[in-house]
Amino acid sequence: MAKKLNLPIYMDYASTTPVDPRVAEKMLAFMTLDGDFGNPASRSHKYGWQAEKAVEEARSHVANLVNCDPREIVWTSGATEADNLAIKGVANFYASRGKHIITSKIEHKAVLDPCRQLERDGYEITYLDPNENGCITLDSIKAAVRPDTILISVMHINNELGTVNDIKSIGSFAREKGIFFHVDAAQSTGKVNIDLTNLEVDLMSFSAHKTYGPKGIGALYVSRKPRVRIEAQIHGGGHERGMRSGTLATHQIVGMGEAFRIAKTEMKSDLKKIKGFHSKFLDGIKDIEEIYINGGLNDKVNNILNVSFAYVEGESLIMALKDIAVSSGSACTSASLEPSYVLRALGREDELAHSSIRFSFGRFTTEDDINHTLSILSNAVERLRELSPLWEMHLDGIDMSKVEWNTH
Amino acid sequence: MAYSKKVVDKFEKTLNEPAKFNVGRFNPKDTDVGTGMVGAPACGDVMKLQIKCKLEGNQHVISDVKFKTYGCGSAIASSSELVDMLIGKTLEEAKEIKNKDIADALELPPIKIHCSVLAEDSIKQAIEDFEQKQ
Repeated sequence: MAKKLNLPIYMDYASTTPVDPRVAEKMLAFMTLDGDFGNPASRSHKYGWQAEKAVEEARSHVANLVNCDPREIVWTSGATEADNLAIKGVANFYASRGKHIITSKIEHKAVLDPCRQLERDGYEITYLDPNENGCITLDSIKAAVRPDTILISVMHINNELGTVNDIKSIGSFAREKGIFFHVDAAQSTGKVNIDLTNLEVDLMSFSAHKTYGPKGIGALYVSRKPRVRIEAQIHGGGHERGMRSGTLATHQIVGMGEAFRIAKTEMKSDLKKIKGFHSKFLDGIKDIEEIYINGGLNDKVNNILNVSFAYVEGESLIMALKDIAVSSGSACTSASLEPSYVLRALGREDELAHSSIRFSFGRFTTEDDINHTLSILSNAVERLRELSPLWEMHLDGIDMSKVEWNTH
Repeated sequence: MAYSKKVVDKFEKTLNEPAKFNVGRFNPKDTDVGTGMVGAPACGDVMKLQIKCKLEGNQHVISDVKFKTYGCGSAIASSSELVDMLIGKTLEEAKEIKNKDIADALELPPIKIHCSVLAEDSIKQAIEDFEQKQ
């Protein structure tokens, strides 16, 4: 018998994931008086030693998932802080070598905003366009490199499209040129295999809450061989070998460690299930007219599917799909009232950016969730199109690019 | 974003029973029809409003309205709300409808006020189109 659906159905795993119950249970043991609540920096008693042991065990779990040395993992408050630490940290430390940084237009704001800040501080940033599939090509990076380039920062998996960048070849090129390479891998853990011993990456950002861990904790991988130096951005006690001060949040760290340990053991089965959902979903929407998949299907992960439903505005579709929790690239859902800059960079017309919905699946998604979503999706699109003057014009064969609109 | 209950209600009713809520179109060439279309696809909202008028005494009265709107939930709700306000009004009365009337009726948050502005523009344009035909 089918289990009762939990409504609204959560299809926004790329935004955040629920904490795995096994993770939550483990975290509870590091907070109260009867648990290991100590400060990991306390060297004088058992409370501190126990907490430190838990933190180091968690560090090993994180390192183990991405195949690096635990000493290369620096705890941060999340991927945003890790990105800030990596980018500003390298820029500040190596400012005398050069002040040029290469990144892309489809990065997360956690990379773009620190870059903007560096621009205000006198650095020059090149923002690369993705190709039509939503990937950053090595050729575009090669063309942008200058003698004073000190850092390349390119994300591993794009959070809106799910597209995967070739960090192996970008890394080789960067290493050959003596340029540091930072990768925002917030969306990657548990979704693709990462082997840092075989990647020429100097810095990599991680987040716990995209991989069934708690919010408020992340990590930065800082390569030891070859060594990359970063200037600390937060001072106050010299924790994490001086790179990130502040009392370690033991329960959060333990949560991230457990989440990443589970990711390592369950990645294969998670991925297999999600691959099935992805094909089923694609198959279920193929009969809806005038839809566009954003991001190349062959260049992306299966847990994210970004679709534009032409002539229907994304936020209204979200309202019509009230039983489904998804996100949209529509301007109306953003605080800035601008449509998704990622879809714009992809070359999508603003119309299609407004019409986009991102579906993202995860470990707790069920077959019933997918079936239910598909059962209401085409109907919702159809009803909104009945309301849409643009759909009417499309059916009348009017070329909308030739219409003079009253823009406001 | 959390919507007022009024926006959600209006949006859902319009979506579920489009015919009852005046979704549709008149022939724009008919002399008793005025059409207004405002907004742009690139901006994320387009409203098309059509009024059908008849002469009562020496005044034109709006006897029927049809609309179609592409846009967010509050844009659709704003159009639908406007339709309710128009039927039975004289053109002079219809010209008096302000965006604030729509925004207040739907309790639109400040970030959605532009939806009601667009609705006001659509009726102005529809009346203009109608008057030019007379």
